[in-house]
Amino acid sequence: MPKMPTPAELLAATPAFPAKGWMDVKSEIRPGNYCYPAKPDTLLGLGFKRAHAWAPEDQDWNLPANWEDIMYNALKERLDKHRSLKVFMDVCVRCGACADKCHFFLGTNDPKNMPVLRAELLRSVYRKDFTLAGRLLGKVAGARRLDAGIIKEWYSYFYQCSECRRCSLYCPYGIDTAELTVLVREMLLELGLASNWIMDPVSNCNRTGNHLGIQPHAMKEIVEFLCDDIETITGIRIDPPFNEKGHEILFITPSGDYFADPGIYTFMGYLMLFHELGLDYTLSTYASEGGNFGSFVSFDVAKKLNAKMYAEAERLGSKWILGGECGHMWRVVNQYMATYNGPTPPNLEQPVSPITGTVFKNAAATKMVHIAEFTADLIHHDKLNLRPERNNHIITTWHDSCNPARGMGLLEEPRAVLRAVCNNFVEMPEHTIREETFCCGSGSGLNTEEIMDIRMRGGFPRANALRYVADKHNVNWMACVCALDRAALPPLTEYWVPEVTVSGLHELVANALVMKGEIPRTMDMRQEDLPFPDPEPEEPETQEPEEIGTGAATEPKSEEDA
Amino acid sequence: MTIALVATLLILIVGWGGSMIGLQGVLGALPLAALAVFIVGFVWRVVYWAKSPVPFAIPTVGGQQRSLDWIKPSRLDAPWTTAAVVGRMALEVLTFRSLFRNTAAERTTINGVPRLTYYSSKWLWVFALLFHYSMLVIVVRHARFFLEPVPVCIQVIEFLDGVMQVGHPRFYLTDAFILAGLGFLFLRRLYTEKLRYISQPADWFALFLLICVAGSGICMRYVDKVDIAQAKVFIMGLFTFSSVSTEGLSPIFFIHLTFVSVLLAYFPFSKLMHMGGVFMSPTRNMKVNTREERHVNPWNPPKKFHTYAEYEDDFRDAMAEAGLPLEKQPEPATETGNGAGA
Ligand code: SF4
Ligand code: SF4
Repeated sequence: MPKMPTPAELLAATPAFPAKGWMDVKSEIRPGNYCYPAKPDTLLGLGFKRAHAWAPEDQDWNLPANWEDIMYNALKERLDKHRSLKVFMDVCVRCGACADKCHFFLGTNDPKNMPVLRAELLRSVYRKDFTLAGRLLGKVAGARRLDAGIIKEWYSYFYQCSECRRCSLYCPYGIDTAELTVLVREMLLELGLASNWIMDPVSNCNRTGNHLGIQPHAMKEIVEFLCDDIETITGIRIDPPFNEKGHEILFITPSGDYFADPGIYTFMGYLMLFHELGLDYTLSTYASEGGNFGSFVSFDVAKKLNAKMYAEAERLGSKWILGGECGHMWRVVNQYMATYNGPTPPNLEQPVSPITGTVFKNAAATKMVHIAEFTADLIHHDKLNLRPERNNHIITTWHDSCNPARGMGLLEEPRAVLRAVCNNFVEMPEHTIREETFCCGSGSGLNTEEIMDIRMRGGFPRANALRYVADKHNVNWMACVCALDRAALPPLTEYWVPEVTVSGLHELVANALVMKGEIPRTMDMRQEDLPFPDPEPEEPETQEPEEIGTGAATEPKSEEDA
Repeated sequence: MTIALVATLLILIVGWGGSMIGLQGVLGALPLAALAVFIVGFVWRVVYWAKSPVPFAIPTVGGQQRSLDWIKPSRLDAPWTTAAVVGRMALEVLTFRSLFRNTAAERTTINGVPRLTYYSSKWLWVFALLFHYSMLVIVVRHARFFLEPVPVCIQVIEFLDGVMQVGHPRFYLTDAFILAGLGFLFLRRLYTEKLRYISQPADWFALFLLICVAGSGICMRYVDKVDIAQAKVFIMGLFTFSSVSTEGLSPIFFIHLTFVSVLLAYFPFSKLMHMGGVFMSPTRNMKVNTREERHVNPWNPPKKFHTYAEYEDDFRDAMAEAGLPLEKQPEPATETGNGAGA
């Protein structure tokens, strides 16, 4: 991995548009701008027959002999299967409304990162093979013949799109480059070209049940460690059920949540919440992945990985599924799961919160509820004993992750939770939040070290909005409901806005949650000292409560202002 | 851009030259052929799109989903009923909702640190609306050349359009508006770096063509005044396939006719088909209720996945040791072929 320049250097090194037209600019494959290729064994194991050894920087990518036919047929097949592709190929008027909406373009100023040109990389080939004008007039009609250089260009630029759909929101015809990106990545897979950082997790997930390849016994061990931590913090021992039949709820969350910092704090938050509610649930080591890296590259692979959720819910006899905090997982669950793998097994029922009795009508078909919806409902019905003062040292903002925002519309639920557990909440500026939110720059399987330069540039618009509230309102925290964000945003903030800590939503819930029988909290979920610890119970009477109850809310601000 | 300009000039020469050397009859037949191409082509393109299914429900969600009762959902940006989808589409088609959202991003420097700022940018929206609605009114106004008697509604539109009451013949507002709209679109394409870079010959050509259609029409009305009554006789004749006289019709009329014909014939094969496509975009015309109602994919492939039984086979011993529940207990000591499970 090449050494990263400083933020100032990075921005200063933003090139101008090339003098030549984009069709004449060969795209460069150099260290730092491509993802490492997937290992042939990984791909073969998943049934991709054309897997082969290749290196991005090599002149020759060892494509199969008849690769041109393969690509022609691949595109034809997809045109026949997806109306979206046909329409998106035909109706773009190059109005440019999408151009400066893509964070990768804003960060790199590379014209091929304008969604319209990213799409043209494919559209030009489509014109040549599938339209009369393109066939007859060639370049004059914006058409070009597919060649090996274009395959390289696709591998480069369709892996510089995080499938965030921001462009689609602004396009007058809703042209969704994310859809095109998945389709092109699918086509590249047919040539055996894919990114290791995506396909390795896919392969793991297929076999072990999760992206990280954590085996069942190891998962149990990890969760037990986390329960040790919970005990240290709260004095309460939790013993979550695994793979048990007959529980009402199957809980599925991304594996990043129980594996990596800072996801683990959010995972601990889930467990504490469920314990406090006495929820009848089980975890599963088989369906131990909420996320779905398959969805970044192929609809079929996405379906394959997703199938485990219903299969496991059926085997365990659960009534409904509760899903953890994640972004792309929810794109799949919300927009694809019922189509892929529905109708649901007969034992699944319309989800009803056992605590509040709320019927989750919006999940009637998939029978799966987002934990932010679940918790927001609890809070609305006042079912949780919360002490938000424990989060008073935090001035947080909220990052809407692309998929829950533009693939779902989950905007107010997490905010309702956040407001209830944190006294200091500041929104980032308009045009950068809610449905207009900016991507972390690392979504859709781009969260890999070797393209750090692109990730930091792609994340610049997000970081820039964060910088604004950090400067103006002393924001020192950014919460989100996305496991990839929890992995991708810490390096991003470290780079651009180092004073900001990134966390999941339920980490803050866990901090604030007052559990029955817990010891007075002196530590937050990260086992760092709470600046405003709980009062010692009973004996020292009037010592601290005042400080916590009243003055605390404003204190951190005034300290930093001074 | 040069290519597009040359192509446009060629059309001009055909129209003008043709009428000079007495080919008015041939030019007069053009619109009929072009109209046929337009109708057939348009239908063919829409059918071509419609032949492919919509396998997945992929609406772009533009606001709060409908979830908990106490959270106000965004009815038009995240529509969950058919009526609301119709509303979203109507907003999109009639008011260019998505363009209305447009923002411009700008790199600036604040305290020596490079930053990005965004501001709402509605110019494209304004002029796009101006152009499209002017075009619509003008097309409707032209119905007077095809209908006898001229329907009242068209007369009303004409009256409103000429409400300024200046000039003779009366000056139509839309004539100015359409040129303003097209002019903006042209200048924007020319002077914005991003736009210039993405523009293709087809983009310039469409603009030039529309400018020429509008321009020649306006010339005909205000400059080289063409006898409207005569034009109507001519057009009515065309559409009733009776012989027509070109008496008294100047070249500009045929130039206009030629441009219109080219536009019509070109339409179905070009990006102008966004007129039909906007209705067919799955990110806009689908309901945001994808967890509530199952969308069926007609080519949904069969389920193929690593089953629990296979998984347990892989990890049975380790699972047993960890005390995890099992479907099938591990074989103690002696090895037997444990293939099944599923
Ligand atoms: S906004 Fe849509 S129509 Fe306009 S250039 Fe982008 S993709 Fe094309
Ligand atoms: S989906 Fe996101 S990353 Fe991809 S082109 Fe559109 S805005 Fe850029």
